[in-house]
Amino acid sequence: MVPSRLLNVPSVRPGGGSAFPATRPSVVQALDSPDAAARDRAFGTLVAIYWKPVYKYIRLRWNQIHEAGEDLTQEFFLQALGKGWLGRYDPSRARFRTFLRTCVDGHVANSQRAERRAKRGGRLAFVDMDFAAAEREFRDSAPPPDADVEAFFQQEWIRAVLELAIGRLRKESTEGGKQIPFALFLRYDVEATRRDDLLTYADLAREFALPRTQVTNFLAFARGRFRHHVLEALAELTGTEEEYADAVREILGGAAR
Amino acid sequence: MTHLPDATIERLRLIAEHPDLSETRYEVVELIGRGGMGVVYSALDRELGRLVALKVTGTAASTPDMIARLRREARILARLEHPNIIPVHDVGLLPDGRTFYTMKLVRGRRLDEYVQTGRSLAERLQIFERICDAVAFAHAHGVVHRDLKPPNVMVGAFGEVLILDWGIAKTDPDPGIDPSFPSAAGTIVGTQGFMSPEQARGDPEVDARTDIHALGVMLRFLVQGRYEAYPRDEGRRHPKRLAAIADRATRLDPDDRYQSVRALAEDLARYRDALPVEAYRENLAERLGRVAGRYRVPLALVVAYMVMRLVLLLAVRK
Repeated sequence: MVPSRLLNVPSVRPGGGSAFPATRPSVVQALDSPDAAARDRAFGTLVAIYWKPVYKYIRLRWNQIHEAGEDLTQEFFLQALGKGWLGRYDPSRARFRTFLRTCVDGHVANSQRAERRAKRGGRLAFVDMDFAAAEREFRDSAPPPDADVEAFFQQEWIRAVLELAIGRLRKESTEGGKQIPFALFLRYDVEATRRDDLLTYADLAREFALPRTQVTNFLAFARGRFRHHVLEALAELTGTEEEYADAVREILGGAAR
Repeated sequence: MTHLPDATIERLRLIAEHPDLSETRYEVVELIGRGGMGVVYSALDRELGRLVALKVTGTAASTPDMIARLRREARILARLEHPNIIPVHDVGLLPDGRTFYTMKLVRGRRLDEYVQTGRSLAERLQIFERICDAVAFAHAHGVVHRDLKPPNVMVGAFGEVLILDWGIAKTDPDPGIDPSFPSAAGTIVGTQGFMSPEQARGDPEVDARTDIHALGVMLRFLVQGRYEAYPRDEGRRHPKRLAAIADRATRLDPDDRYQSVRALAEDLARYRDALPVEAYRENLAERLGRVAGRYRVPLALVVAYMVMRLVLLLAVRK
């Protein structure tokens, strides 16, 4: 049973960032909502975040081939939805991530015993799962067979949260006419690190034909909104204030803490 | 969304914790350090065109309690205007709900790193005397640091010594500062190895003598390069009288320690001046050795004079 909780600490500045996100309730709590539409929305958000970490986890932890991993992932979320597994989460016993991983392990073990993989189930229609891309990523990052599966799942979860936050920032920026701050953020904080560029604010100013001060302000704005979306996602994905605070501590500030 | 590589993830995790300074006069330059209470960045003060250190509550730690703690630390620093205590410049609330304060940015090394650079004993003791001076000043203003240790002391490029991290200090009553906060009875705050026994027990009544204990541990570190006392038969190469001063400062019972930082500093000054120290009872040989050391220049002159007279006498007889 998930206790009722809304992370509705008022923000310091309306419309701005806040140490605690102001608006979105925990989707973990909404999983056992009496409102079916709210339940489905919450489930959709969870699947959007977790399907890729779950798929890669099954590939690594259970040593499944690509197709089997895809089927098991699909089946897991279908059954979780149909049987309401995730609504049984009790935040007093474990973190939601741990609970979910335990459910995945149980599901895969049961599936293997019953050889149910031969029976293909349906597909989740409301979440776009690009398993081919997930498989490419899994192969590219090539975790060793003896990798720490817990740390691996954690890293994939962090990746999914940050990707979600960037996706939301992109949408918000497009809708709000803030494409330039988002483009600067993407160029400087996301793409540059991929290519190991030593990009400076002066380079950005030249590239985007902006004064340097404008680059500083736009980047600060976009980073603030990115931070807001990360915190908001964490608030949605956790069941209690303590779990939220732990998740924030885990995800922010880099690995070297 | 395309796949984020691990390096990008690490960068984004750091960025997501950056304080939102958009409505302030500051601009983050780089992360300096991270502690239990917050994160410290070097930041550019755009108004004055200078770099400062900016301490801000961590995102996960921005609870009302932590915000109150950080503001309290800033107020304590504002109360302690002393050349060896880090000066605070500004305090404020960020649009993202976090609290920050800015202080002097010290370009230098932590004391534990500084002593690794081959400093003489005289230099190390000089630094210790400045620390004592600052702590005595704080005590005189009703503030007990409670977390004195080498990592909380910075030695600047020009030899300036600054005590940092007053976040768990205990204060006398003050209208603007909660004296007991953040340590209610039974709460243990401080660092193992430096904390006095009474502080390690969570005694809420700890007084200035808890800092004297920590100073004793620091003195031992500065003299002997280690925090624990040497067993009886070891450590002979280190000055016994300094070891005795450190031992007196770190006695288990606060009543057996120096009763003030001033008394500790005075005993240290006596050591420096080759006078007998309170903490150590000398035997005759040690006393003679100390006196000889203290008057070595006049003694050397007398001996030289005597030798010269003897040489002249022998020359005349021939």
